[in-house]
Amino acid sequence: MDFETKSMRRNRATRTATNYFVSGLCIFATILVILPLLAILFYLIYKGASSLNLAFFTHVPAPVGETGGGMANSIVGSGIILFLASLMGIPIGIAAGVYLAEFGRGKTLANAVRFTADVLNGVPSIVMGISIYSLIVVQQKHFSALAGGVALAVMMVPTITRTTEEMLATVPHAIREAALGLGVPKWRTAISISLRTASPGIITGCMLAFARVAGETAPLLFTAFGNQFWSFNLSQPIAALPLQIYVYAISPFDEWHRLAWAGSLVLIVLIMVSVTLVRIFANRGALKGGS
Amino acid sequence: MGVGILVEDLNAWYGTTHTLQDINLHIPANHATALIGPSGCGKSTFVRCLNRMHETNPIARATGVVKMGDIDIYNDASPVEIRRRVGMVFQRPNPFPTMSIYDNVVSGLKLNGFRNRRILDETVERSLKQAALWEEVKDDLKKKSGASLSGGQQQRMCIARALAVDPEVLLMDEPASALDPVSTSKIEDLIFQLKSQYTIVIVTHNMQQAARVAENTGFFLNGKMVEFDSTHKIFTNPRDKRTEDYITGRFG
Repeated sequence: MDFETKSMRRNRATRTATNYFVSGLCIFATILVILPLLAILFYLIYKGASSLNLAFFTHVPAPVGETGGGMANSIVGSGIILFLASLMGIPIGIAAGVYLAEFGRGKTLANAVRFTADVLNGVPSIVMGISIYSLIVVQQKHFSALAGGVALAVMMVPTITRTTEEMLATVPHAIREAALGLGVPKWRTAISISLRTASPGIITGCMLAFARVAGETAPLLFTAFGNQFWSFNLSQPIAALPLQIYVYAISPFDEWHRLAWAGSLVLIVLIMVSVTLVRIFANRGALKGGS
Repeated sequence: MGVGILVEDLNAWYGTTHTLQDINLHIPANHATALIGPSGCGKSTFVRCLNRMHETNPIARATGVVKMGDIDIYNDASPVEIRRRVGMVFQRPNPFPTMSIYDNVVSGLKLNGFRNRRILDETVERSLKQAALWEEVKDDLKKKSGASLSGGQQQRMCIARALAVDPEVLLMDEPASALDPVSTSKIEDLIFQLKSQYTIVIVTHNMQQAARVAENTGFFLNGKMVEFDSTHKIFTNPRDKRTEDYITGRFG
C-alpha cells in the first residue's frame, strides 16, 4: 500500500516472520504426532508382511515343532470378544453420559458417577483383569469368552461416558429449548435431539474406546485365557490376537516371532479398517450444508 | 383459532431474584400483543411463563394463575401438553442441525410419534406457506439441512415449525432482533397475516415494530407491568410518566 510508513513496513516484516515461525512449529508438531504411527506401521509391514499368507487367516496355530499354522481362531476370537464388549460397553457408556449431561446437572449422584468414571479410567488394565477374574471366572470356575468381553466392556465404559458427556455439552441449549417448546418430552429431547446432534463426536469416542481395548492383553490373560483351537462357545476359553501375539513373542522360536509380527500387523490393520468403516457408515446420509 | 390468555398475580423468580412481580393482564384472542421495555425488565421471563418454559431452568419458579381459555395452565395440564398448544419462536433461529428442512418443520409431530406420510406432507406445505417460505425451499425440502438456510429463512422455518403443531397461541421472543431489515419486514408481514388465526404475543426492543404489528402493547419495567393499553394509546397518550419517558427515548 502506498500510504505505508517505514515503521508499518518493519512491523509487517516482523509479523510475516512470526507467522512463518509459528506455522512452522505447528507443522513440526503435526509431523511429530504422525511419525510414530507411520514408523510403527512400516516396521510391522517390514517384519510381519512376509509371514502373511492364506494359511495365516485360515489355520489354527501349529503344534510346537511343526512349521506353518495361522491365527484364524485368534482373529475370530478377538472379533467375538470385542463384539461382546461393545454390546455391553457402548450402551452403558452412552446411557451414563446422557444421564450426566442431560439429567444429572449439579446432582450428587452425577458427581459420584463422574468421579467413578475418571477413577475407573485410570485403573491399570491388569488390575481390571484380576477383578473380573475374581468376580466372574472364580465364580464360574472356568475361563470364558464372556469374562473377556466383560473385562473389555468395563474398560470401555469410562471413556465412552466422559466423551458422551462432553459432546452433549457442546450441543447448544437453544436447540433443546426449541424441542421442549414444541411439546417434546424431556427424555425424547435428550435422545432424538441432543444425542443425535452430538452423535459424530460420540461415535468417535466409541471408536477410540474400541481401538484402545482391541489391543489389550492384560485384561484377557485371566479371563478369555486364550485357546490354541477353534471355540465359539462363550462360556469356554477363547483365543484372541493380543494373547496369541504375547504367547508367540515370548517364545524361543524364530518362526513364532515372525508370526507374532504378522499378528501385530493384522491387529493394527483390522482396528484401522473397522474404525474407518464405522466412520464411513456414520457419515452416510448426512445432509448438504449441515454441521 | 386462538384463545385469550388471562394472567392473575403472576410472580416469577430466578433463584432469589424476583423477576416478575404481580403481573395482571388480559391478552385478547386473535390479536397481536406487543411487550416492550428495557433489557432485563422481565418481558422474556413473562412469555416463558405462558408456555411453562420458565420452569425448565432448575433454579426458576413461578406462582399465580395463567388461564388459557378455560384451562389453568399451571394446574389443569402438564407442561408438555401446554407447549403443544402454545408455540414459541426464539430470539435466534434455532433449527435442528441434523434435520432436513422437511424434518425440521414437522419435528414437533414426528418427535411426538406422528408418522402418517400424507398428513406430514400436507403439514409441511401448509406451514411453510403460512411462514412465506414455501416458494424459496420447496425444491430442497429433503435435500438440504435446515441449518443451510440464511438467518432470515431459518427464522421463518422456525415459525413454520411452531405452526406445524397447530397451536392456539404463538409466543415470539424478539423474533427479528438477530435479522437484517429485509428479513425483519418479512417477519412483520407474517405476524400481520397470522394474527387473524392465532393469539400472538411478541416481545420486542423495537418500538416501531410494536407500533406496526400489535393492537395492544404492554410496557414492562423492573419486573412490573407499568401500563397495558391499545398500542395507539401507549404511543400517543400514555398514562404513566415512565412509559412516556421510555417511548420518547429518555431512558432504556
